[in-house]
Amino acid sequence: MSTRAIPTRLRRTNRDRIMVTPEGIALPVTVASRGSRAGALLIDLMLIGVLMIATTVTLIYVAGGLRGINERMASAAPAMRALELLVVLWTILMFLFRNAYFLYFELGPRGATPGKRLSGIRIAARDGGRLTAEMVIARNLLRDIELFLPAVFLASAGADSGAAWIAATAWFLIFALFPLFNRDRLRAGDVIAGSWVVETPRRKLEAAMSLAAAPGEALAPVAEGKYRFDDAELAVYGEYELQTLERVLREKRAASIEAVYLAISGKIGRNDGWNDERAFLEAYYTQLRARLEAAMRMGRRKADKFSD
Amino acid sequence: MTAVSGIEAIQAAALRSDRFRLEREADWKRLEAIVALMEKGRLRRVSDDDLLALPGLYRTVASSLSIARETSLDAATLAYLESLVQRAWFVVYGPRSSLGSWLRGFLGGGWSAAVRAIGLDLFIALCVMVAGTMVGWLLVASDTEWFYALVPSQFTDARVPGASAQVLRGTLFGNDGQNGLGAFAAYLFSNNAQVSILAFALGFAFGVPSLMLLVQNTAVLGAMLWLYHGAGLTLDFVGWLSVHGTTELFAILLAGGAGLHIGRAMAFPGERPVLQAASEAGRRAAQVMAGVVLMLVVAALLEGFARQLVDNTPSRLVIGGFMLSFWLAYFFAFRRQGADAA
Repeated sequence: MSTRAIPTRLRRTNRDRIMVTPEGIALPVTVASRGSRAGALLIDLMLIGVLMIATTVTLIYVAGGLRGINERMASAAPAMRALELLVVLWTILMFLFRNAYFLYFELGPRGATPGKRLSGIRIAARDGGRLTAEMVIARNLLRDIELFLPAVFLASAGADSGAAWIAATAWFLIFALFPLFNRDRLRAGDVIAGSWVVETPRRKLEAAMSLAAAPGEALAPVAEGKYRFDDAELAVYGEYELQTLERVLREKRAASIEAVYLAISGKIGRNDGWNDERAFLEAYYTQLRARLEAAMRMGRRKADKFSD
Repeated sequence: MTAVSGIEAIQAAALRSDRFRLEREADWKRLEAIVALMEKGRLRRVSDDDLLALPGLYRTVASSLSIARETSLDAATLAYLESLVQRAWFVVYGPRSSLGSWLRGFLGGGWSAAVRAIGLDLFIALCVMVAGTMVGWLLVASDTEWFYALVPSQFTDARVPGASAQVLRGTLFGNDGQNGLGAFAAYLFSNNAQVSILAFALGFAFGVPSLMLLVQNTAVLGAMLWLYHGAGLTLDFVGWLSVHGTTELFAILLAGGAGLHIGRAMAFPGERPVLQAASEAGRRAAQVMAGVVLMLVVAALLEGFARQLVDNTPSRLVIGGFMLSFWLAYFFAFRRQGADAA
């Protein structure tokens, strides 16, 4: 899709993608960066490790207490049975930590593990449809061969075992580097599941919604009377320059306002806004926007100052 | 300006696009409030009215965005709308909140439909498993050294070539009253589930390693079968194995078939793009795999308890045969109207 599909913001990164929702609306999404995903994974692995160690230590502590009881009892049978229960519990818990941790969190309404949430990313369906349980299951079952198995293999082989160590490292690297070799940074599990990891949208409510901050209506009636620009003066700029001007006005930095004022007044050959740059620019913004939007309604768009 | 009421503000706005925004702002803010609550996981604090209005509001705001894109150049409004629609999209099209409803659909037809959908792969996997058993048998029959190569050392306590029929019979019967059955069952489940997840995940390499894993595991079976056959205990061994084996081998068959299904879709995607083919197959196979884990829980319980507590071959064969016919009936005879379309 062309840049026209994202008319609202200047292209920022090569991670911006267009996703089409089932309603047919093109939404811009940003694919999560590899760094934030690696960070999220590290946090999650640390959490799993802590959970595993804490569980093991607790169960060993309980088992130690049981042995104490056992020594004071004539028959060992009840204590043995309780001990067996602990072993069962430990085996099942370890299995769940390893396999169900990611499933549980990614199936929740937030679609993200604690690590992902901290990194500001989440999973979504690549086709813009519903994120289903099957997708989450598929992408997490593959984690086993991507991460856990080669790690275990690597640890058991040891660096001195030569060929096995090289094989394990190669295995690990193939999957670890998999996201480097495709455009959407999919790991093997994402390929199988039809999911991808995207940045959770930031909340920019104040900027857009507070009435006074929007230059359009707040200052238009005041400024309109003072500065009027004719068609020729407004025709020099397009949407790109309008967006830039809007950003400068929102940032409210005196230095940049002055620089932009100089550029614009130089270009259109007016200097009556001296020492009143902000009001001048706001009036210019409003009238330029009105002109461009009127043309838009007629089906004519002017992308930037170079297009006609 | 802030003191002016809403209607006056709309009239005062100089630009048509600003009037458009002011007229619809209330809906946008309501949607934003609902979405924000749901993002924080506070579903209970969303009122029923809001919850019912959510899909409608989502569509309203989405259409606002479409209109704004064509009529407005207010970058801040557009960015706000885009991020709001995206956040609402995550909520509206997010994972189904209730695990229970998913489980109902899964057990009540989704699982068996997924199993039927990978029928061809199951057939291939079954052939491979039978071939693996035969290979194991033939290898050991030709040279008994193969037995030690095939069978993991944890099984070769008493069960070695040359052991007397008496000893071998002892490994099949007379284990009742043994301690640690529960721990044994839990260990078996964890171990088998990990193996079947591996068989599934290896399907990613075009299914070849999945098949190799199946061959390797069934070759052990073939070697064992040969051993007991030599002692004239074939039927007793089959009975001993069938208690849990019909469930466990079926589960491993499903896992291998699911892995193969993915591998096949990636190697031969047909008309579809590879990524699409892989993800369609992956979703179907994932459903099968969720069931495999359930089956392995059942198998571990049977292996850990039923096999040790039922100590004669006919009863063991009955249990194993019943489990097998139960799974076959559930997967292939039990069809709900419309389940296959899903």
